[in-house]
Amino acid sequence: MTAETGAQDALVTADGKPLKAALRAAQARSKRRAFYLVAPLLVFILLTFVAPILQMLHQSIHNDGFTMHEDVISHERTPLMVNLRQWFDENPRGTAPDEAAYAAIAADLLVLREVKAGGQVGTRVNYERSRSRSMFTKAVRRAERLEPPFEAAFMDLDEDWADPELWAAMRSSASAYTMNFYLAAIDKVRAPDGSITNVDEDRALYKKLFGRTLVLSLLITFLTFVLAYPIAHLLATLPLRYSNLLMIFVLLPFWTSLLVRTTSWMVLLQSQGVLNDALVGSGILADENRVQLMYNQAGTVIAMTHILLPFMVLPLYSVMRPINPSYVRAARSLGATSWTAFRRIYFPQTVPGIGAGALLVFILAVGYYITPALVGGADGTLISNLIAYHMTGSLNWSLAAALAGMLLIGILILYWLYDLLVGIDNLKLG
Amino acid sequence: MTDNGQAEAFVEFDRVQKSYDGEVLVVKDLNLSMPKGEFLTMLGPSGSGKTTCLMMLAGFETATHGEIRLNGQEINNIPPHKRGIGMVFQNYALFPHMTVNENLAFPLEVRGMGKSEREAAVKRALDMVQMGEFGNRRPAQLSGGQQQRIALARALVFQPELVLMDEPLGALDKQLREHMQFEITRLAHELGITTVYVTHDQTEALTMSDRVAVFNDGRIQQLAPPDQLYEQPDNSFVAQFIGENNTLDGVVSEIGNGTALVKLSDGSVIDATPVNVSHAGEQTRVSIRPERVEFDMSRLPEGAHTLKAEVKEFVYMGDIFRTRLSVAGNDDFIVKTRNAADQVRLTPGQTVEIGWKPEDCRALDAD
Repeated sequence: MTAETGAQDALVTADGKPLKAALRAAQARSKRRAFYLVAPLLVFILLTFVAPILQMLHQSIHNDGFTMHEDVISHERTPLMVNLRQWFDENPRGTAPDEAAYAAIAADLLVLREVKAGGQVGTRVNYERSRSRSMFTKAVRRAERLEPPFEAAFMDLDEDWADPELWAAMRSSASAYTMNFYLAAIDKVRAPDGSITNVDEDRALYKKLFGRTLVLSLLITFLTFVLAYPIAHLLATLPLRYSNLLMIFVLLPFWTSLLVRTTSWMVLLQSQGVLNDALVGSGILADENRVQLMYNQAGTVIAMTHILLPFMVLPLYSVMRPINPSYVRAARSLGATSWTAFRRIYFPQTVPGIGAGALLVFILAVGYYITPALVGGADGTLISNLIAYHMTGSLNWSLAAALAGMLLIGILILYWLYDLLVGIDNLKLG
Repeated sequence: MTDNGQAEAFVEFDRVQKSYDGEVLVVKDLNLSMPKGEFLTMLGPSGSGKTTCLMMLAGFETATHGEIRLNGQEINNIPPHKRGIGMVFQNYALFPHMTVNENLAFPLEVRGMGKSEREAAVKRALDMVQMGEFGNRRPAQLSGGQQQRIALARALVFQPELVLMDEPLGALDKQLREHMQFEITRLAHELGITTVYVTHDQTEALTMSDRVAVFNDGRIQQLAPPDQLYEQPDNSFVAQFIGENNTLDGVVSEIGNGTALVKLSDGSVIDATPVNVSHAGEQTRVSIRPERVEFDMSRLPEGAHTLKAEVKEFVYMGDIFRTRLSVAGNDDFIVKTRNAADQVRLTPGQTVEIGWKPEDCRALDAD
């Protein structure tokens, strides 16, 4: 090939095929084989991680409890509240319920009774307005006896059927897709006129819990950093045979069940526990002044700091180990005191490890569940305990999903901030 | 340069000993005195204590016994940052999170120098090592040789009177190393700084230094200018360690008048200069440099003893010929001859006669 053609045309192989195509063909086989190797993991992650998260996010904005019933056995799907939804479509928000509206509900209640979906619909409305579920179940029981004029009949059942909040709640529930769960997750509620207002002071809960989760997680992150930095430094500078032994102590918690670790903290911290007994026994504390270290925030902080400590030690260790001691020596020989050498030379080189450890500990702390549930008491529970409550207690999965979604968004924002400030490629986990 | 009065000593080690574990002495009774402006190299195999000595001087190790003095002042208990000694490390130890300029400004900054003064000094130092344009780079963006120059500039930028270098050229390739050897000696002499240089590379030691201290087993084996070290080694270790060397074992049969006769194991007798032997009957090991062996007997002084030798191998190396002989039971007797026009090329199997001037053959300890 001459220089002129080379400059103008794409490069070709000896037998005239374009070089790029030849290269692609040559690499395709190895790429395919590499893909087959990772394919099982990819499928596994898609099925067990990505799909549930997407479903969870979907659930947080979608709840068709008011509009659709699926039979548990036959899987037959029946649309619910058809007449009322039609009335909502015809009348704008804020319209006072008229006779037609009550007639529509009465007709829908018959369907509910037939497919036994009164509880389901009531529960859905109950998410938006409490005490609604019992009204619905009661109304469904009496559905066949309701006769015109329906408004009076409903008033006979329960005066609350005229409550504008109930009608607002039903209107919200009428569409399967809603942002109301996210509103609830930040202690907001949709007023009857459609505007967004704060919930009553005494019922506001989530913002406080988010705030507490954030503060405690930051505190735990800071404490693990303070405790882990010297340990990691020691590990990185000791001769290998000592540091290996020390490393086993750091890793030991990993090899012990989380539950065992948490319960051993309970043994240590409770007011009749080892720590208090020791303090009383040694005369530092009077018997009646035993410190309450558990079932409050102190318990959560102490136990979680211990449990998350290795996640800070390991990234720190991994950045400290390769730092050559000659850097600090060089700084010293150049006239820096040992403090200056640490501050200006050693510390900046460990920042990637601090970032990684802090991010890791913080993210884990924000979502921590078992430890606060066991040692936190009412005071030391975190947002994840509330998510768990909505998953298993109140069965309001949409709200649980919305709370989890908020948590996920918060962590993504933090991650983005970290990338902005420190740069994610500076992250060093090991 | 060799013999300096105590009064003008700039760096002094006075009966210094060092042990890490209380059982083994790494440095045994070290006495050394350096005048201002000298370039002294500590040369020795690894584990000979040379780096430990350097670290004691820098202040990173404490002497177990003895005194180290700088400019007449004892510095045993002065922390490293107050000693004002520049140091170049084996791996350069350039701070990776700082630019070249920041690296160089660091020693000035911790000394509280003003910004404009600092910038001027940094620029001067960079120009001195011909790296003026690299001020804004990070160390990772520089080649090994460039990093080496920066490390040198950083050690010099605060104008220390004493600079220590710990195998600074170890990581460079041969060509660059030779260039940097020249560069370092030039700078050291131009700036008049006193330099202590540690290396295990004898070529480096010979080409750069005013004096070389050969270390072995925690002691200085010989402290002398390079030529003296090479031509007049004090003992077998130095003779073996510096340059290529032929040895023959034997017994002193006659001694006196600055010469000795040594009887080798096969019964032949050679001339030697007694160094570590004092009376007849003593075991000795004689040492002859490969380039001091003669094939031309007319060049020897009258009455010189000669030996028969068998040629084992002949290697053509361009500028020289390297001939391996079997002499008095030693099959590794090397002779180097210049590739001159009239030089004979020997063939293996041939028997030749060899000899040397008595002053080129040194009778040392048998060790």
